[in-house]
Amino acid sequence: MGVAIEVNGLNAWFGKAQVLADINMNVDANHVTAVIGPSGCGKSTYVRCLNRMHETVPDARVTGKVQVGEIDVYGSGTAAVDVRRRIGMVFQKPNPFPSMSIYDNVAAGLKLNGFRNRRQLDEIVERSLRLAALWDEVKDVLKKKSGASLSGGQQQRLCIARALAVEPELLLMDEPASALDPISTGKIEELIFQLKKDYTVVIVTHNMQQAARVADYTGFFLMGKLIEFDKTEKIFTTPSDKRTEDYITGRFG
Amino acid sequence: MRTRFQQGLDELKTKLLEMGGLAESVVEAAVEGYMRRDPAACQIVFGRETIINQAERDIDGIAVDLLAMQQPMASDLRFILAVLKINADLERVGDQAVNIAQRSLDLMKGPPVEIPVDVPRMTTAVATMVRRALESFITANSEVAEAVLKMDNVVDRMKDEAFVTLVRQMEKDPENIRFYLDALLVTRNLERIADHATNIAEDVIFWVRGDDVRHGQGLAKAAERHDEGIEGHKSH
Repeated sequence: MGVAIEVNGLNAWFGKAQVLADINMNVDANHVTAVIGPSGCGKSTYVRCLNRMHETVPDARVTGKVQVGEIDVYGSGTAAVDVRRRIGMVFQKPNPFPSMSIYDNVAAGLKLNGFRNRRQLDEIVERSLRLAALWDEVKDVLKKKSGASLSGGQQQRLCIARALAVEPELLLMDEPASALDPISTGKIEELIFQLKKDYTVVIVTHNMQQAARVADYTGFFLMGKLIEFDKTEKIFTTPSDKRTEDYITGRFG
Repeated sequence: MRTRFQQGLDELKTKLLEMGGLAESVVEAAVEGYMRRDPAACQIVFGRETIINQAERDIDGIAVDLLAMQQPMASDLRFILAVLKINADLERVGDQAVNIAQRSLDLMKGPPVEIPVDVPRMTTAVATMVRRALESFITANSEVAEAVLKMDNVVDRMKDEAFVTLVRQMEKDPENIRFYLDALLVTRNLERIADHATNIAEDVIFWVRGDDVRHGQGLAKAAERHDEGIEGHKSH
């Protein structure tokens, strides 16, 4: 299995405000790693630094080392576009391309990269939708219905299928279920559990029960620092740091 | 702060302490009934045991509600798990006291027979274990709980000595064998109460430090962690 992402001495800023300080947190391959912490703790920034999304914000800056397989994410010869192709991302609010069909939503990334083989495209779309546990619900309306016509939970699984279609090595999820009802949330969580057979998943969540349910490892961030990182069962039953304890028991602040 | 949740935890603690007080009192009453051949003391045991049984159900109900509705984590989760287990142990302490009271009533059917076993000394040791186990729970003090674990060996030895003495006595005085057997069962009941006190102390250590020290495992580890200054949350 081994380590999928190595993060050493990671710092991040928005303008002059430092939002991450000296983060050392590796992510194991084929495992789910959750990142938890209060609003503004830096958990989303950490994840956005892994695929160079952080730098898309004006004045944002990063130092430190992020290694994904053989790629030095912040190496001088590494293009951000390549990094983002290898590290897929799913956001809080489902964001399918509204005017595109379900099929085209999934195929969009591949088409953008110049992929034109129709038969292979069909196969990849089906495989991705099956992986995202959406195939059975949409297989008969693939080209008839738009992405926007699906329910919120289906849209989120469509976005996951879209991310998987380009065969990333890692999947980052920033609050993927926070806008969904419990049944859709359950489907996303089950999907995350299934995905770790083939992928490495990092999930940011405000919902601690969700972290406890889906993650193998959990990191707790507070004010830009990684306070504690351990196996999920350890974090939620016997955390070592009092700040972690206070946060997860609701005594924070 | 989660006020409603905290109120639930406080209520759980108060109810368990009330139950602990009741359990302590039935052990005392049972031994008094035995020592003084006092049927009234035995009746107190039977009466209070019913209250203990109801308290057990009430505490289980509150704990299950908190688990279902508040999704407790970390020391809160360990606290509720510990309470559920301590609750069961206290109810069993009540059952053991009832057994002692029943033996005592049986003994009262015949003339007083001298029992060559120091039951008061054993009772004092057992009652101390129960009291200190509950004290460790009230104060979230794992060191007091550890002291209880160490006392269990002493009570075990007393029970073994009583067994040897009483079997010898049965051989010497077979006419009164039934009474010696009752006395033997009383010492066994006392020893079982000490076992429940030990379980309670182990559960307190689990709650406070997160260490599993059951079956004599992990005490050294627990002490080591404590030395490192890693302590559980003690705000309950």
